[in-house]
Amino acid sequence: MSLLHLAIISPFLLAILVPIAYKLFRQIHTGWFVFPLPILLFSYFISYLSITSNQQSVTKSFAWIPTLGIDFTAKVDGLGLLFALLITGIGALVVLYSIYYLDKNKEKLNTFYVYLLLFMGAMLGVVLSDNLIVLYTFWEFTSFSSFLLIGYWYHREKSRYGAQKSMIITVFGGLSMLGGIILLYMMTGTFSISEIIAQSDEIFSHVLFVPALLCILLGAFTKSAQFPFHIWLPDAMEAPTPVSAYLHSATMVKAGIYLVARMSPVFAEHSLWLWLIAGFGITTLFWGSFSAVKQTDLKAILAFSTVSQLGMIMSLLGIGAAALHFETVDDSYFTVATTAAVFHLINHATFKGSLFMVAGIVDHETGTRDIRKLGGLMNFMPITFTLAIIGTFSMAGLPPFNGFLSKEMFFTGMVRVLEMDIFNLDTWGFLFPVLAWVASVFTFIYSMILVFKTFTGKFQPEQLEKKPHEAPIGMLISPIILASLVIIIGFFPNIISNTLISPAQAAIMPVEGYVYDTHIYFWHGFTPELFMTLGVITLGILLFVTLPKWRSVYNLFPEKLALNRFYDSMLEVSQRASFNLTRLYMNGFIRTYLVYIFSFFIVALAATLVLKDAFKFDTSDVATIHYAEVLLALVIAAASVSILFVKSRMTSIILLGAVGYTVSLFFVIFRAPDLALTQLVIETISVSLFLLAFYHLPKLRHEERIRFKMTNALISVGVGAIVTMIALSAHSNKMFPSIAQYYVENTYKEAAGKNMVNVILVDFRGFDTMFEITVLGIAALGIFAMIKLRLEGGKKNENK
Amino acid sequence: MEILMAFVIGILFMSATYLMLSKSLLRIIVGTGLLSHGAHMLILTMGGLKKGAAPLLGENAPSYTDPIPQALILTAIVISFGVTAFFLVLAYRAYQELGTDNMDRMRGTEGND
Repeated sequence: MSLLHLAIISPFLLAILVPIAYKLFRQIHTGWFVFPLPILLFSYFISYLSITSNQQSVTKSFAWIPTLGIDFTAKVDGLGLLFALLITGIGALVVLYSIYYLDKNKEKLNTFYVYLLLFMGAMLGVVLSDNLIVLYTFWEFTSFSSFLLIGYWYHREKSRYGAQKSMIITVFGGLSMLGGIILLYMMTGTFSISEIIAQSDEIFSHVLFVPALLCILLGAFTKSAQFPFHIWLPDAMEAPTPVSAYLHSATMVKAGIYLVARMSPVFAEHSLWLWLIAGFGITTLFWGSFSAVKQTDLKAILAFSTVSQLGMIMSLLGIGAAALHFETVDDSYFTVATTAAVFHLINHATFKGSLFMVAGIVDHETGTRDIRKLGGLMNFMPITFTLAIIGTFSMAGLPPFNGFLSKEMFFTGMVRVLEMDIFNLDTWGFLFPVLAWVASVFTFIYSMILVFKTFTGKFQPEQLEKKPHEAPIGMLISPIILASLVIIIGFFPNIISNTLISPAQAAIMPVEGYVYDTHIYFWHGFTPELFMTLGVITLGILLFVTLPKWRSVYNLFPEKLALNRFYDSMLEVSQRASFNLTRLYMNGFIRTYLVYIFSFFIVALAATLVLKDAFKFDTSDVATIHYAEVLLALVIAAASVSILFVKSRMTSIILLGAVGYTVSLFFVIFRAPDLALTQLVIETISVSLFLLAFYHLPKLRHEERIRFKMTNALISVGVGAIVTMIALSAHSNKMFPSIAQYYVENTYKEAAGKNMVNVILVDFRGFDTMFEITVLGIAALGIFAMIKLRLEGGKKNENK
Repeated sequence: MEILMAFVIGILFMSATYLMLSKSLLRIIVGTGLLSHGAHMLILTMGGLKKGAAPLLGENAPSYTDPIPQALILTAIVISFGVTAFFLVLAYRAYQELGTDNMDRMRGTEGND
């Protein structure tokens, strides 16, 4: 256990303390107790920069389940550190923002911050684990905490729907990823990512290689909301806005991107990897930006925009993987795509984080997020407006913001696809730059919609629930910091190029002895990329202005709805199918269940008797029989069989009593005085209880015999026969001597008692007896409750 | 004797099973009662019958019967009494509330089970 491990689990530890702090200090916003932790962690991770800047890494191991080869190995390299800094940095800002966003008197802050801390810890675990099983565990933990946070306002139906949807889709992907991890283990014999990377050349031709690749990608695609799994992300917007900013734009949805980046050294040799990632990424990019334009909810626009930007980063990673794929082309030629991916990942976190916070402010101060109701807020919220301008212009890829730089690099990467000669890319490859360019136009349009429909145009106070005013300063701090980063990175991109980007790149595409060196330039000269940007701006403005004229285009494409409807009907069908399937064997009749139990009993025991050749019949060592005993045996047999045929309940109770008393007589004969006494007492109480209970009950209208049923009879005879055979075999097979002698010798010596049975019960097996008393106590409580408690309102039970 | 007991136990189990498969709640409870008698006798028989004096050291006998099955059965008798009593009161209350002791009619109706 090192300090690094402690850093990863510290959010979990704090999560335990949060409810206590919440209870003790109701006057202080619980967020203030949480806020110091991400700051502390952020500064702690900053200290690793000196190591990773040299493109080195630190590994600390801690045995967790050594017998299965599962160690909690924490590894800090460029990629992991970049994510860790994002998680803690954005985390701190989000916590600060949430302190002003969530009312301490109205919201259940304790659960909110517990979930948030669970997420923070889990996410740190994902990005800093070198062991795949540990990574998977933390991965599912992030899905789980995301589920809880989306459903935070669980009284809203849409929250519950969104939470369930995200859970089903991401956990489905997570399970497939687990399959991929196991396949990797079968090929390499290790769960350690570094060791798997070391063996990547050997497993390349393995038959399981492609299935593992597909399984892992499915996990990454569902988590990072890639088409067609993106449908959960817009519904996840039901979460409180700080959560959307944190989980559903800056960190959790990038876990899939992290996974792709992390596993690139293993899989990138295979062309399928690059083809799938680039293909799905570019499709998602296009579809997300296209769908964003028709949204009317600020957060829905941002959600689709996140989907599309995730697709963009994904496609860049796919193209970047080509650098590992081709040895003929100069590596650095394609590494620009990977550089762009890492760079845009950082930029996206900054501008999208601030935009989500801006949307939260608008929602908080006006009471709506519907752009049809909003407008003209510029004069009321000048600071928020400025922040929105910075964020959206960066998102649209305009200079001088950081989004411009990464967008240019993105174009560069896409244009270079044209020069790859794989899978007849000379025919299909042109789609990449074309789709990229078209998607960028739509990105530009929705960015403009976001800012101008909200802040300019006609002010409609009658549509708003509250009178709009500028947000409190506390709520503005976090987006101001993020927006400043947008500008600073925009002007001085090289402050992060060799501290964050190159080290991350070295982790994504490790080349022995090669040190990445990144320089980002503002001005490349009159390159195709520049003209593409100019084209985006021109066409974007044109289309934005004429939007009302071509908006009806969206009515022609019901596809997006179809995907959601597909999900809904799939859910419904599976629910109904499983209900019907369950109904087939769980039909609510107790007889059916007992038939299952007894049939299984017969089959299992008969099979064991046959297979183990256990049935024996040995009469050599039997006790003597007296006539009286035969008589008693006949009494038991006769009484128990006649219970089956009597009509009245009273008679059957009395016959049961007869069996019980005869059993106690048998106990006398078999030298068991304690049993005989107990049995007599218990039998007397039982019979009186039976009679008492049924004396008070109204008479049944008609008492009837048990109707004869052949199956019942067969099963009963089967059970009886099997038990008889077992009793005979148990008598005839003496496999080991009885341990009775120990008690005979030690009862007096150890426990100073002369009655062996008593001594065993209260001394040797004292705990058994204690629990037996507990069982009796519970039964007594249950009986008391049933007799005393009446259902209120008479018929309420019918609703239960 | 053991052989005879084996058949007695078989009959007890058989009747118990048949009762438990019936529709009447009371008969099911009676069935569990018979089943526990059968189980007790089974445990006792498996330990061997009449192998010596009662397991009381005061008897000063050369050999005693096995005390362990007896200890087990003693616990089982008490537990089965607890279960039977619980069942019985459950049946009593169910009968009061629902007006039937027919398991099929007690089964939840479509939609609210």
